[in-house]
Amino acid sequence: MNEILQGSAYFGFFLALAAYWIGLKIQKRFPYTLCNPLLISTVLCIAVLLIFRIDYEIFDAGASHISYFLTPCTVCLAIPMYRQVRILKKNLAAILISIVSGCLAAALSIWGLCALLGLDGSIYHSLQPKSVTTAIAIGVSAELGGNSALTIMAVVVTGMFGGIMAKLLCRLFHIRDPIAVGLACGTAAHAMGTSKALEFGELEGAMSSLAVVVAGIATVILTPVFAGMIV
Amino acid sequence: MDAVKYFKQLTVIMAVSFVGEFLNQVLPLPVPGSVYGLVLMFFLLMTKLISLEQVEDAGDFLIKLMPVLFIGPSVSLITVMGGLADRLIPILAVCIVSTVIVMAVTGVTAQAVLRRKEGRKDKDHE
Repeated sequence: MNEILQGSAYFGFFLALAAYWIGLKIQKRFPYTLCNPLLISTVLCIAVLLIFRIDYEIFDAGASHISYFLTPCTVCLAIPMYRQVRILKKNLAAILISIVSGCLAAALSIWGLCALLGLDGSIYHSLQPKSVTTAIAIGVSAELGGNSALTIMAVVVTGMFGGIMAKLLCRLFHIRDPIAVGLACGTAAHAMGTSKALEFGELEGAMSSLAVVVAGIATVILTPVFAGMIV
Repeated sequence: MDAVKYFKQLTVIMAVSFVGEFLNQVLPLPVPGSVYGLVLMFFLLMTKLISLEQVEDAGDFLIKLMPVLFIGPSVSLITVMGGLADRLIPILAVCIVSTVIVMAVTGVTAQAVLRRKEGRKDKDHE
């Protein structure tokens, strides 16, 4: 199979798009947090590569073209943030203080846990940005010298766990204010937390989508301070 | 949809991306170019140098497309999985425990700040 596909510029591109399309279809049919299109499409692609014994490099030759759009896509995250600017201004103190506290808690807890469990520097740096949206997490991980594949896995696991547990955790910690619920979901579990927050209500969803971007920027500023703390 | 409008919007987004990438190369800070671009785009919207209508159609499309960009890197897990298999449980533990902590800290802090603000407002009314 490798010989046939060798040098194909579109195989990986096609496979990634087809897998994502199937992932979206499945999510539409079964709207659960576990039916995340990124997770489904990743599993499908890996299955195809393993079953047909295709090398990752051949897939990547096509799929990597899509990554060129990462920067423009991240730039566009400013658009939903701007749409929420009224709520942002009105609750500026609560938003900034809670998100910065959340990001500090993330950095400290990841450092503490990695040290406790004896994980090495490359894993530590890959996990540091795991609470924020994938686009920003990949960039931070690259700047710190982490492994982007591991970062993405951690981001997806975090998002899924946070999305599934959001309701229970908010109840457990007595977080009832819709603004606080939204900020907690977006800061801890990025886009997957936001889709859950939208189920709770419109205000929760708006606060969560705002928190995703603000937490991303706060993490970019905070993580260099924590870089190198585990070698 | 008017092609001219789409091209104009894409041009604006690419220009901001290009400036972000450039800032990442000239400034000695560990900030990804994409985040410089994001902040710059937000600044341009806030100052009305760019209006929402000048970027939102192409922008919303790119945001919808975004998860597809992560399939390639996440499939690359199969290339590192072999070396990580024995540390998978601790890695998952870090992800799960820190997510609980972040959610609790963010939510509780936000609620405390909001209550203080409401407390002040109530006093103003008295």
